[in-house]
Amino acid sequence: MSEPLVEVSGLTVEFPVADSFVRAVDGLDLTLEAGQALGIVGESGSGKSTVAFGLLGLHRGTGARVSGSVRVGGVDVLRVDDTELRRVRGELAAMVFQDPLSALDPYHPVGDQIAEVYRVHRQVTRRAARARAVEVLDRVGIPDAARRARSRPHEFSGGMRQRALIAMALACEPRLLIADEPTTALDVTVQAQILDLLHELRAETGAGLLLVTHDLGVVAGSVDQVLVMKDGRAVERGPVTEVLGAPRETYTRELLSAVPRVDAPVPVGGSSTTGGDALLEAVGLRREFGRRGARVTAVDGVSLTVRAGETLGVVGESGSGKTTLGRMLVRLLDPTAGQLRYRGQDIGALGEKALRPLRHELQMVFQDPVSSLNPRRSIGESIADPLRAAGRLDDRRIRLRVGELLERVGLDPEWYHRYPHEFSGGQRQRVGIARALAPEPRLIVCDEPVSALDVTTQAQVVELLGELQRDLGLSLVFIAHDLAVVRQVSDRVAVMRRGAVVELGTADEVYESPQHPYTKGLLSAVPVLDPTEATLRRAARHPVPLA
Amino acid sequence: MTGYLARRFLGMAAVLFALTVIIYAVFYVAPGDPAQLACGLKCGPVQVRQLRGELGLNEPVYLQYAHFLQGLFAGRDFSAGAGVLHCDAPCLGISYRTNEQVTDMILNRLPVTASLALGAMVIWLLLGVGSGLLSVLRRGRLTERVLTSLTLAGTAIPVFIIGLLLLLLFCAYLQWLPFPTYVGLSQDPQQWFWGLLLPWTSLALIESAKYARLTRSSMLETLAEDHIRTFRAYGVSERRLVTRHALRGALAPVIALSALDLGTMFGSAVLTESLFGLPGLGRLIVSSVNILDLPVVVGVTLVTGFSVVLANAVADALYAVADRRVVLT
Repeated sequence: MSEPLVEVSGLTVEFPVADSFVRAVDGLDLTLEAGQALGIVGESGSGKSTVAFGLLGLHRGTGARVSGSVRVGGVDVLRVDDTELRRVRGELAAMVFQDPLSALDPYHPVGDQIAEVYRVHRQVTRRAARARAVEVLDRVGIPDAARRARSRPHEFSGGMRQRALIAMALACEPRLLIADEPTTALDVTVQAQILDLLHELRAETGAGLLLVTHDLGVVAGSVDQVLVMKDGRAVERGPVTEVLGAPRETYTRELLSAVPRVDAPVPVGGSSTTGGDALLEAVGLRREFGRRGARVTAVDGVSLTVRAGETLGVVGESGSGKTTLGRMLVRLLDPTAGQLRYRGQDIGALGEKALRPLRHELQMVFQDPVSSLNPRRSIGESIADPLRAAGRLDDRRIRLRVGELLERVGLDPEWYHRYPHEFSGGQRQRVGIARALAPEPRLIVCDEPVSALDVTTQAQVVELLGELQRDLGLSLVFIAHDLAVVRQVSDRVAVMRRGAVVELGTADEVYESPQHPYTKGLLSAVPVLDPTEATLRRAARHPVPLA
Repeated sequence: MTGYLARRFLGMAAVLFALTVIIYAVFYVAPGDPAQLACGLKCGPVQVRQLRGELGLNEPVYLQYAHFLQGLFAGRDFSAGAGVLHCDAPCLGISYRTNEQVTDMILNRLPVTASLALGAMVIWLLLGVGSGLLSVLRRGRLTERVLTSLTLAGTAIPVFIIGLLLLLLFCAYLQWLPFPTYVGLSQDPQQWFWGLLLPWTSLALIESAKYARLTRSSMLETLAEDHIRTFRAYGVSERRLVTRHALRGALAPVIALSALDLGTMFGSAVLTESLFGLPGLGRLIVSSVNILDLPVVVGVTLVTGFSVVLANAVADALYAVADRRVVLT
């Protein structure tokens, strides 16, 4: 047996922070044999991406302190000179980056960018490089590749950009593909396609794969070996079936149990008040954006009911109109047409003044807890704002109430004067929830409240929402792209596609016996944790076995 | 595209209209008597009163303004002493002091100022963007520190000091260049160039310092973006990263700022113009403000305003060419 494709031993990476260093990776060892696939799994801050970057020597020149040894294809990455290192990058090992919109140069056509990379490593003419770019774009399934090669990244959809990045990685036929969260920004159906593509390409080219992700479901069907990381160290490693099937370490077990499942929901909140009265009713709700030629219909005639004390889940892929619908339900957006009845009263066309007494009863929790809190106001002040706006309490009472609310969402009341940047993502989302609770609402629309959070934090926030609903009798509208989370929290579920609700029913009905083909497609694309099951599903998606 | 141009044109007209209104209002409340100033010290009260009548200064300010607009769109007649002076549209009026048509005065001086501003811009962009790039490519080394100190010095020194030093060095001490005199481009291109070289350089040295710093900071920002990391991870060399991938993004603020600077230079390069004896718009407007020569002030301000708005429209168009994501609306 020759030298492994990747051999990392005692890798330690430290980043400069103010006067000291923070250790992101702490003495990590890993090996990857040629043609094998290894998944590195961990929550944010576990150091998984730092390891991936280290394989290409990308910490060089950044001020980071790197020690240990990294060998890729026999090259000592940490010690070779810059010219030699540039040869490794793209030629021997190529990286498929995360977040496809910002990972490509916005100013140049996609094909030219791939051709450029090709010409760095191969002495070929511009024309030959362009031809190669078209070839790889075609290989990753870009339709009409010769023409689309001339498009710029913003003219591509998210899935196509991710394909283009994979094409770039393939250009020089590297022996190792390093994929850093390659599907994080994508919808489930597109995610499934991209993972299938990576799988196929590996079978075809015999390249090794290092897949870095926070999503255990992504790993299940795509790799042979798994390495679980936490705080810069390896917690557990082994064949994927063993690590996911019979984890030895507590941390791995916690991680696995926190992952919401589509097939086996753990009921949260436990409200069975599906028979409550209608609280909010939408009838033929419609919203258009833009004018004349550029008019887009975001929500196209949606009718649904939110009952008192229930959770209505709204799932859909990006662009399906779920956020627009959510904002209309609390009248943050005005409907273009249709009716919105709140406790029997039509509030869809109500003026701002007439609406004001009802405002506090309809609240919203936003997706991004970082940008939805004012960074220059303490969290206590942010929570107090809606109370001040209501103007019913004096300052001393407001302070008391904010303290109660902080305690209610599991934060220390003493933290009133702290600022958002001092909190973790999960804590910030708790602040967002406390702010929504402050004016004692009857209905809260939660727009992707947990999609920016790690699985363990996600589970805690979902738990909190369920608890609050049970204790306060709230109605929740829970908007998410993650089908598993929605199943976990919802009594009833609405599936949205292109601005319309294609299916609406109780969670069990929708998930167990989906009627609409779109719902069926969505459900079959959800990654599963069982590697064997994942392989079966992949086969089902591609009835003809792929070469 | 036509919609964009139409909107842009309307916006420009609105800005220029507002400018004229503001200037008339300011002149109305400003102290001092234009007739007295135009006539000079030797004039007695009778002559001043007569002149005031001739200049139309006895009319209420809104009527004066209405006459101005009438002149602009339809032309107007002025009683000059005994005869009548006709001024075709677009007529910006006649100077209170010299009875010259303002349009002519501006047209005589515009080529001077335009030569100065455009030439200086070419130099400051070359110098500024060039040294900004150099300091990025050599970051952390001696070159960068030297360039940073030089650009700091450049921003700190006033133009008349630099200009004076250049004059002393090249014209008086080394005698490499003649003392600058303005010769029109159409008369003798070579003399035009040599005459303007020092004014261009002194103006550009000051401006380029600003551009070097702007280029450097916006380049560093662009270099930290994700797509740069992508190409670095594919073995693209640092120099190519800078010139091919980062430069285009980094130049956006440079384009925007040059447009503003170029536009403003059309009425405010007065220090440079005075120092080098260039008969440009900057000197014209300063001398006219001093004697409250309203028609000239309005005229020059309109030209300056027009050039600012025009330069910005051009910058926006350049944006859209450089970055295809930008849609002009």
